[in-house]
Amino acid sequence: MSDESTELLDSVETPGGAEIPVNAEIPLSKALNAGLRKALGDDKRVLLMGEDIGPLGGVFRVTEGLQAEFGSSRVFDTPLAESGIVGTAIGLAMRGYRPVCEIQFDGFIFPAFDQITTQLAKMTNRHEGQVQMPVVIRVPYGGHIGAVEHHQESPEAYFAHTPGLRVVSPSTPNDAYWMIQEAIASNDPVMFFEPKSRYWNKGPVDLSSSAVPLHSSRVVRTGTEVTLVGHGAMVTVLLQAAELAAAEGTSVEVIDLRSISPIDYSPIIESVQKTGRLVVASEAPGFVSVSSEIAATVTERAFYSLEAPVLRVAAFDAPFPPAKLETSYLPDADRVLDAVDRALAY
Amino acid sequence: MAEAAPTVQLLSPDGVLQSDATAEQYRPYIDALSDEQLRQFHRDMVVTRRFDLEATNLQRQGQLALWPPSHGQEAAQVGSARAMRHQDHVFPSYREHAVAMIRGVDVVDIVRLMRGVTHGGWNPAERGNFHLYTLVLGSQALHAAGYAMGITFDGIATGDPETDEAVVVYFGDGATSQGDVSEALVFAASFQAPQVFFLQNNHWAISVPVSVQSRTPLYLRAGGFGIPGIQIDGNDVLASYAVTRKNLDEARAGDGPRMIEALTYRIGAHTTSDDPTKYRLSHELESWIARDPIVRYEAWLRSRGEGDAFFAETATEAEDFAADLRKRTLELTVPSTDRIFDHVYSESHPVMDGQKQWLADYEASLGAEG
Ligand SMILES: Cc1ncc(C[n+]2csc(CCOP(=O)(O)OP(=O)(O)O)c2C)c(N)n1
Repeated sequence: MSDESTELLDSVETPGGAEIPVNAEIPLSKALNAGLRKALGDDKRVLLMGEDIGPLGGVFRVTEGLQAEFGSSRVFDTPLAESGIVGTAIGLAMRGYRPVCEIQFDGFIFPAFDQITTQLAKMTNRHEGQVQMPVVIRVPYGGHIGAVEHHQESPEAYFAHTPGLRVVSPSTPNDAYWMIQEAIASNDPVMFFEPKSRYWNKGPVDLSSSAVPLHSSRVVRTGTEVTLVGHGAMVTVLLQAAELAAAEGTSVEVIDLRSISPIDYSPIIESVQKTGRLVVASEAPGFVSVSSEIAATVTERAFYSLEAPVLRVAAFDAPFPPAKLETSYLPDADRVLDAVDRALAY
Repeated sequence: MAEAAPTVQLLSPDGVLQSDATAEQYRPYIDALSDEQLRQFHRDMVVTRRFDLEATNLQRQGQLALWPPSHGQEAAQVGSARAMRHQDHVFPSYREHAVAMIRGVDVVDIVRLMRGVTHGGWNPAERGNFHLYTLVLGSQALHAAGYAMGITFDGIATGDPETDEAVVVYFGDGATSQGDVSEALVFAASFQAPQVFFLQNNHWAISVPVSVQSRTPLYLRAGGFGIPGIQIDGNDVLASYAVTRKNLDEARAGDGPRMIEALTYRIGAHTTSDDPTKYRLSHELESWIARDPIVRYEAWLRSRGEGDAFFAETATEAEDFAADLRKRTLELTVPSTDRIFDHVYSESHPVMDGQKQWLADYEASLGAEG
């Protein structure tokens, strides 16, 4: 987090201008709204661009009220073209702006894939550091909302696989509020994956403390026998699993990854040194995944601490199915517990 | 800049047959239709509006994940669909319910998709060559261009419109901004493919007005690609029929691709998840309600002597259709979890086989415990 944004806020204002008292519980979507609002207010070069983000405030209302407050040259609806959104954001960044692009749903990031992977990710490197790309791409992602095709996917591994991109995903309103501002402050492109099933979940936003570093992972529940790691909406599932495990007498530690690229391994390695067992869970398919990467790295770095192989709990390596089947496709707390049991059985 | 041409309108909003030079040019297409065919246009529109309402209600009652209503766009869809010949192929977006029905898709199949039990599921070859709905905007325009290129490569056209094939792609004003749509126009023009680009300009892409997508009437864009473009009153089913008929027959005859921009309006919400009062003005909506495609067509049919009996009969037919749709929707079941793994590949695949087995064993183990 840059210095100026660590200054304390007295309150978060809702788009309507009404004030939320310090530490009030607000939904994740509103926390993002507040974070974006703060960033827009702090730096005139910050722009919000995307489809339906202006008068409508985005299909998830994350940008609600921001066009009215900051004007349509700061917060604007683009023509309907994701490649166009990201491609022009690159040009705007070259011109000194700090664009924050909204992609409407995970499945619609792909028309922009070329601009993101061949251009945005490499621009700083090609200029040998002389041009920077402070572009944030916000992507609502993940399942659990019963939506139609292309609206429930978790494509973050494609971007984590691409050198030059930073990839993060908040799981709580507090992280959403702080991480979006840190992402905007970054001089590198940041893929900002928002767990859309968590948009409506409320939590406190702690305005009195400054943000933790964007790329740090965090222990969200302490335990001694098995370590669970995940990000985004999966953190909720892991906490449920930990609760169930506790009822059965098993002590589980849960780590919220928060950052997918780079990955902050210290808390994970420390945890594994304590528990000796690691289960990595994701809504994304497991093949060539973020989970695979973590499994490999932890095996390399903490081999002698491991009492069991690192296990992955993932969606199946099949396309996201029709919504009525999503609960069988996505890992739930029971499937996580099944892995916990298998890890303990070694 | 391409030359502007008059918007084709055969029926005025109050249902009077037009007699200006443009309208006269298309009159023979209408004159060739039988009374029964003309009645069918009305039936199609009325039934579509009714089942569209039923689907919207089903969504509100929690039976569907989503419904994108076609209310207001019936004339553009019915006219163009009825203009196709049986051998033609259709590549839709996701709102072409009337076209789907006319080409032989069971509307319950669309409902299944919106309910979340399938991503498609019908075989285009058995459903009037009506391909699957496409939710990634504009993608289907390229598929249509490729299919049309294939028709050209086959070289089997004989000059007989009864057998020569053509392709229609449907897309919206928002989708015109996608690179895929421009690329499709480039490919279709380059290969002189027998393709009609049918653009339903319903003036809104969710909350974004068409002015954000284009500063020129969209039909004029086609000219820049070397494709003749024409604008029609999309709420006039006769204009939609006649202009599509003519352009499709030109395309199938080897004259190259065509683009039709049908001016219409999305009377309802974008989908049942949307609240249009957040971004559009009621007077605009009202001005389009006054141009309702069904009211206009009914007035014209009545002026030709069609009596109350037919309209009452049609209303009953629409009610029955909707009731049947509701009944069959409520009977839909959730597919087995095998659906997750089946048909990911065309042949057996070790990963799919293994994971399918794993899930079966896992679920059995839960059953055993429970
Ligand atoms: C590539 C892509 N980007 C975004 C979306 C989300 N989205 C669905 S419909 C829609 C608006 C489409 O407007 P238009 O093409 O005019 O068709 P209409 O819905 O009005 O029929 C948007 C932005 C999408 N489906 N695909």
